Amino acid sequence: MPTLLIRGGRIVDPSQGIDRTDDLLVRDGLVVAIGQSAIGKVDETIHASGLIVTPGLIDMHVHLREPGREEDETIETGTQAALAGGFTSVACIPNTEPPIDTQAAVEFIHQKAMRADTCNVFVVGCVSRNREGKELAEIGQLVEAGAVAFSDDGAPVYDAELMRRAFEYCRMFDKPIFAHEEVLELSRGGVMHEGLVSLVLGLTGMPAAAEEVMIGRDIALAEVTDGRLHVMHVSTAGGVALIRAAKVRGARVTAEACPHHFTLTDEGLRGFDSNYKMSPPLRTAVDVEAIIAGLVDGTIDCIATDHAPHAPEKKMLEFDRAPFGILGLETAVGLAVTRLVATGRIGWPRLVEAMSFMPAQILGVNRGTLQPGAVADITLIDPNLSWQVNVNSFRSKSVNSPFDSWMLQGRAVVTIVAGRVKYRLG
Amino acid sequence: MSIPHTPFEQETVPLAWPHRHLLDLERLTPEEIRLLLDTASRFKEATDGCRKKIAVLSGSTIVNLFFENSTRTRTSFALAARRLGADVIDFSASGSSLSKGESFIDTAKNLEAMGIDAVVVRHGTPGTPHLLAQRLGVGVINAGDGPHEHPTQGLLDIFSIRERLGNVAGVTVGLVGDIAHSRTARSNLWGLIKLGAKVILCGPPTLVSQRWRELGVEVSHDLDAIVPRCDVLNLLRIQFERQNTRPFPSVREYAHLYAMNRERLKHAKKELLILAPGPINRGVEVTADVADCPQSLILDQVTNGLAVRMGVLWLTCGPRESDRFVSIDPVHRAGRLV
Repeated sequence: MPTLLIRGGRIVDPSQGIDRTDDLLVRDGLVVAIGQSAIGKVDETIHASGLIVTPGLIDMHVHLREPGREEDETIETGTQAALAGGFTSVACIPNTEPPIDTQAAVEFIHQKAMRADTCNVFVVGCVSRNREGKELAEIGQLVEAGAVAFSDDGAPVYDAELMRRAFEYCRMFDKPIFAHEEVLELSRGGVMHEGLVSLVLGLTGMPAAAEEVMIGRDIALAEVTDGRLHVMHVSTAGGVALIRAAKVRGARVTAEACPHHFTLTDEGLRGFDSNYKMSPPLRTAVDVEAIIAGLVDGTIDCIATDHAPHAPEKKMLEFDRAPFGILGLETAVGLAVTRLVATGRIGWPRLVEAMSFMPAQILGVNRGTLQPGAVADITLIDPNLSWQVNVNSFRSKSVNSPFDSWMLQGRAVVTIVAGRVKYRLG
Repeated sequence: MSIPHTPFEQETVPLAWPHRHLLDLERLTPEEIRLLLDTASRFKEATDGCRKKIAVLSGSTIVNLFFENSTRTRTSFALAARRLGADVIDFSASGSSLSKGESFIDTAKNLEAMGIDAVVVRHGTPGTPHLLAQRLGVGVINAGDGPHEHPTQGLLDIFSIRERLGNVAGVTVGLVGDIAHSRTARSNLWGLIKLGAKVILCGPPTLVSQRWRELGVEVSHDLDAIVPRCDVLNLLRIQFERQNTRPFPSVREYAHLYAMNRERLKHAKKELLILAPGPINRGVEVTADVADCPQSLILDQVTNGLAVRMGVLWLTCGPRESDRFVSIDPVHRAGRLV
């Protein structure tokens, strides 16, 4: 394999406490060295002056839709979209058809990902068999096949007893449970956040309490079992507060937030555009501020996109019939830089921690670092590039994004997976 | 000596009305709402109380596109359109290609391709008329979108109040009942606020959120307390069909607390006006004797509905000054212009 020199970029690697302009040498798919020792025979040089050089970004919440809904996305198109968004790894959520609840299904994803030859795909397995919430999936077998975490996302694990058993059982593999937090009775029929806007629009609301009550339950269960809870897509101020308090008590709880939840509010629903419909829903300005504060102080460990492609004909329905979810992979960096870094709320080290180091820690994968010997997954980001979102140029198979035509700052310009350049802007 | 023209015959739609659609009252200005009411008033007069024909939309085709059941609104729109000389086509969701899986947008686009002038749409989902308006090149009139808005109902309620009291500003209107699921309540609320009325929303907390206060209206859970202060009571139906779980223990208890009955009427102002958008559930939100009492405007509302819908159809589909300068499709626009 060729030797690659990334020259003169600002290397930001929280795993080593590095934030300085320097050179980075890659050989045989591994990081060799940062700095003066980065010399010798070089096959290719990437001039990274003015760019941020980070350990490859990891999106731990991606719906690749394959198998079963290839009209929305495939492993190939979804991972292409990931590369274009600067992600070198994704964790795919198992609510496919059929769901990923067997060794064979995990193997299928790995095979497809290998054939696509794009970014790394880590597989999240189902908590329950057939995602039915009735009995545990064969979690041990799934771990053997390579599953990195467990989730019934799309829906909560409704039976509290089953959730308790899942926490207990997963402890022996030290795997986290990714929880979609929603009390279904409280959100039944809901299509948006319950508040003044839903009242005025006459749309059925999903109260913040529907999410918070379930977060509370799962924190209690994680504490009683010493299990590992990862709260997916936190969207409410109350949820952030619950997680903060749990962390203070020493509970093994981590959390993620989505770019749309720190960018948009329920005011966006006023045009009845189903690209603003997702679960959990867009909340209020107070919630947005709480999410950002949670990312600033580390209550929320990481940023994940909940990339949820839906073919246009599915989204172009009456508001209550359109499915929940929006694309995330190709706008995440731009939104995070625009909303968090350019506004001075967080610095680059914290952003890299939230989009690379912490996801790797939670998933338990040997990524998220540029230490010598690490797999050379690297993202180069132009922090000042101003660009306009155009859903028609997305690599994703779908176009369901509310950010179409937005002007954003910051974009991945080179994405390197295991020492090979897999994406280059332009 | 010149022969006087029939009103509207040689008129074009006023420039003060720039809209091709009527989607909701929330986004209209007070001036636009007044123009709608004034236009309706003139139509009522010109048609001898909505009885006679005034063929100012002859050659136009209006489609009633109803995805939800309706008797009175559909009939009222059809009659209003015919009074104006327009052709009316009825299109129901049942028995159409919708049951074969066609999307509502495709259905509407098909109708549009047949050369129509406006779609009167009712749908169970909020915002559906708004989505149609974005995608169709013809006028869209909202005849009720789920619990969101029912602008012509709001207008006809306000029209009826204005007709009796001469004014809306300063009038205290109590909207009583299932506010949560009522599009009539929302359209009334916006129209009344914009015209300077005082609005009180009344019903149990499960149907009347305290959040409404953020819009500057009063919220009450005690009908007896507000009745003496109201000039108008609008009694809204309990929409059992839209409720997930029953928001009160029993119909009996609801009627006990919120039905407008003879006893409560005793404590009201003598000139209190009673409205009900219908269909009314006698014995639930209003007792029979009150529904039929002299202060009841329930049947006036029906007549005024025609006037309002004539006004709305003309304002959205009528001839515009700008039409004189563009090429006119001779088939569909014939007879429109002098």
